[in-house]
Amino acid sequence: MTVTVGVVVFPGTNCEADALEAVTSLGAQGRLLWHGESDLGDVDAVIVPGGFAHGDYLRPGAIARFSPVMEGVAKFAAKGGPVVGICNGFQVLTEAGLLPGALQKNKGLKFLCQPSVLRVESANSVLTSQAKVGDELSIPINHFEGNYTCSEETLKQLQDEDRIVLTYVDNPNGSLGNIAGVCNETRNVVGLMPHPERACHELLGSMDGAVLLRSLLAS
Amino acid sequence: MNEPLHRALGLTDDEAVNIDEILDRPANPLELAMYSVMWSEHCSYKSSRIHLKRLPTEAPWVLVGPGENAGVVDVGDGIAAAIRIESHNHPSAIEPYQGAATGAGGILRDIFTMGARPIALMDPLRFGPLDDPRSRWIAEGVVAGISGYGNAVGVPTVGGETVFDATYKGNPLVNVLCLGLLPTDRLVLGQASGVGNLAVLLGNATGRDGIGGVSVLASAGFSEEDDGDKRPSVQVGDPYEEKRLIEACLALLDEKLVVGIQDLGGAGLACATSETASRGGVGMDVDVTAIPRREPGMEPHEVMTSESQERMLAIVEPEVLARVLEICARWEVQATVIGRVTDGGALRILEGFEGPVLADIPASSLHDLAPLYERPLKAPEEPLGPSADQLAAPVDPGAELMDLLQDLSWVYSQYDHQLFLNTVVGPGDDATVLRLKHPTTGEDTGRGLALTTDGNHRWCAVDPRAGTALVVAESVLNLACVGGRPLAVVNCLNFGNPEHPEVMWQLSEAIDGMSEACLAFDVPVVGGNVSLYNESAGNDIAPTPVIGLLGLVDELSHRPPGAVLKEGHRLVLLGPEAEGLGGSLWGATHDAPGGDLPALDYEMHRRVAALVRQLVADQMLGGVHDLSSGGLGVALAEMAARSGVGVSLARTPDHRALFNEGPSRVVLVVDPERLTEVLAACDEAEVPTARIGLATGQRFVVKDLLDLSLEELTAAFKSPLPEALGAGTTNR
Amino acid sequence: MKFSALVDVRLRGGISDPAGATIERALPALGYQGVEGVTVGKTIRFTLEAETLTEAQTMAEELCESFLTNPVIEDAEVTVEEAS
Repeated sequence: MTVTVGVVVFPGTNCEADALEAVTSLGAQGRLLWHGESDLGDVDAVIVPGGFAHGDYLRPGAIARFSPVMEGVAKFAAKGGPVVGICNGFQVLTEAGLLPGALQKNKGLKFLCQPSVLRVESANSVLTSQAKVGDELSIPINHFEGNYTCSEETLKQLQDEDRIVLTYVDNPNGSLGNIAGVCNETRNVVGLMPHPERACHELLGSMDGAVLLRSLLAS
Repeated sequence: MNEPLHRALGLTDDEAVNIDEILDRPANPLELAMYSVMWSEHCSYKSSRIHLKRLPTEAPWVLVGPGENAGVVDVGDGIAAAIRIESHNHPSAIEPYQGAATGAGGILRDIFTMGARPIALMDPLRFGPLDDPRSRWIAEGVVAGISGYGNAVGVPTVGGETVFDATYKGNPLVNVLCLGLLPTDRLVLGQASGVGNLAVLLGNATGRDGIGGVSVLASAGFSEEDDGDKRPSVQVGDPYEEKRLIEACLALLDEKLVVGIQDLGGAGLACATSETASRGGVGMDVDVTAIPRREPGMEPHEVMTSESQERMLAIVEPEVLARVLEICARWEVQATVIGRVTDGGALRILEGFEGPVLADIPASSLHDLAPLYERPLKAPEEPLGPSADQLAAPVDPGAELMDLLQDLSWVYSQYDHQLFLNTVVGPGDDATVLRLKHPTTGEDTGRGLALTTDGNHRWCAVDPRAGTALVVAESVLNLACVGGRPLAVVNCLNFGNPEHPEVMWQLSEAIDGMSEACLAFDVPVVGGNVSLYNESAGNDIAPTPVIGLLGLVDELSHRPPGAVLKEGHRLVLLGPEAEGLGGSLWGATHDAPGGDLPALDYEMHRRVAALVRQLVADQMLGGVHDLSSGGLGVALAEMAARSGVGVSLARTPDHRALFNEGPSRVVLVVDPERLTEVLAACDEAEVPTARIGLATGQRFVVKDLLDLSLEELTAAFKSPLPEALGAGTTNR
Repeated sequence: MKFSALVDVRLRGGISDPAGATIERALPALGYQGVEGVTVGKTIRFTLEAETLTEAQTMAEELCESFLTNPVIEDAEVTVEEAS
């Protein structure tokens, strides 16, 4: 049976078509979820894609988290449905309290669009189940606010519970503990700053994003 | 002050008389204000139009040529590409971030006005030298503005150029190119038709933005709070508004709900209303009170000439208005009926549709009757300066080579250049390559679009005609290096003060050089922009025509090799011999900018480009890079620094072989096992070749001339921008 | 003597403020009615060494004018007082 992935669209989201293209190329079918509707319909997984929801005004994700669709996403996640927030989507999920921590401005105070190499730290999440711990994946980053930060207690908890799923091999943005992606306690909600959908086509230089999105489709 | 109003508005006495004759009565202040903005150099091209006519603009694949909001060409499979280039030089000089941001916003609107979804931006940028704090402030702000607006609006910035040179101190050049795609059958034009149809203003409320020129009309009451001269002439861009505006407008076009649509740019509503009416051969009544305003107390002339950003004017039939408003509401885009299409051709500004008439002018007169000047031309009498050919050989050629290197990744890593999953070759290479997907179905055509922007003020200062032809030639070769064949040119003509006869001569010569080259390469010019009065402290900038060249990659099955070296590969230099240093980058750094430019042999150039395109398509190369600024030395050094592989070059006669900028030359990086095959292909194409050395090791060596470690070369390449631009800036 | 400075930077009157406008538009949906005039600016705090309060004020204003703001679009209010 074909997996259906719901891709959330806020005004200002811009990676929704890319997410659809990537999951479609991996055999799934995609459907856009408009921010004004709280009913997600019949979807098997949810991607909150990148972009600048509500212009990122005030703080990235600060306004988007109040959108009706986020009620639906929270319910879906509470029932164990797989949810992945990519880049701005990660920021939205942290603002909405579905993931711990926050994303600050990059330490260099510049937007960064460049290649990055990620290390898989945990294969126990909906995004990494088909990868192996220690795998190195070449997946680009594209953000201004990607510097992951959280309290010491939270960091310790994330470490103790094996909830840091991806780290940067060469930390580009100052993230605490080189963190590129984390998951929630039940491991079905994952947020990451890098863009796996940008690494799913030979012509784009890397296919390493496919292992992550395949994990999502399989979960 | 007894200065007549028309002069205060920037209109000449003759122009004022002309206006009164058109109206057959004295113009009132609102009417004068509208003529003054529409007949400005910026909107009317009154100094350059007479010369622009000489450019070749036709080809079977051209769907829309110059004069519309963007040029449009057929790229096959039912897809058309819309392309345009513009300048935002002067706003960027005083508020770099917002100047650059609103420049990007403006050109995006030109593209989706044609019914196209914008898919790529390119930014050719030119700043004063890195050792000047204000130039650094401008450079940092401009790059941040492009990043801040382009990334957030969701259109990738996939390339461009960044040049630092003293000629741009105080007057940076911030050019921006936008490419969009549309289904060929959705092409729309910015025109009104159908008497009784409605003009609907979409997007931002109107504020007192960019009305500097007509602020002399402000009533005294306003001045109590704020001096007239302090009124904002700088606009703040809102990429979030623009993103919603793009989506709303494309949704309106998808449902075929608009008769015509027009963006609001220079001269704001005065321009958009008169342009749509005059293109459609109709008139328009505009209710000035209906226009949503950001500030209280705005007067009609302010509302009509405001350049507030992120606004569009759609012409719709009354029956579909409700659906139009519904779509706009979904995207949270404000939509207001502000006008009605009338017959007779008059643009009337009213206070309420049934209220008093504030202005009544023939719509087309704002465009078609704009003045046309044939300004005097004069070739400069003084030579530009000494030629580098007369200079002694450098004592330390290695150090001098390293001084010419500049890695621009500090700039383009701030731009999202990957959105839409199209970018096969991004910024930093000879040209950008994008996958060509259908704009509405997303279907991959298996083909690619190639795009490059190029300019060279040093060549054009020596000889604007030959220099501009060389720039076009370089663009053609840049495309060839990524496997692309040229399709269409857009140009951004950045020049000094047109009232100086030498500047007009430069402009005229540059246009002739461009015509000659475009004809020789069979590429039509489908659009352009002229930016004049680029000067500071009384000095005109060096003439800087910038070319944007769009091409096609007929089969995009693999990534082009790129400007890289591979260990053990042989280096082959293609193309004719060259040795003069006239107009070269090396000469310029030794205060020797003059001399003679190298000659361009069109026939040879076409052969070289065709050969390189074929070699790239056949996957015969390990790397490829055309020679341009800085010659062979800089080309190889860039390749070495990027790939971490050294170079061992055979003996060259002297430094001139390293630094000359002769055209039609390309470095090929060839696997030794393929060398015979590649050389045979070159012979067959009747292109001269020279086997110049080997890509290998960790040193950059030119026998008997220089010997550098790859480490120091790479540091020299990578450090200039981060070091200078992290060093603190000031707006003074 | 040490002085502390507080620079309150805001967009000049008449300059469009997209961030403020977007926040204001979002408020009714969150149940906040009647909130108006939202503007977004920034504050910058620092201490500086000077002989007198006047000198400190002048220095801070100069810094503000040439570096911290672009007077073309931004206004700033500079408050300087003796550091406690």
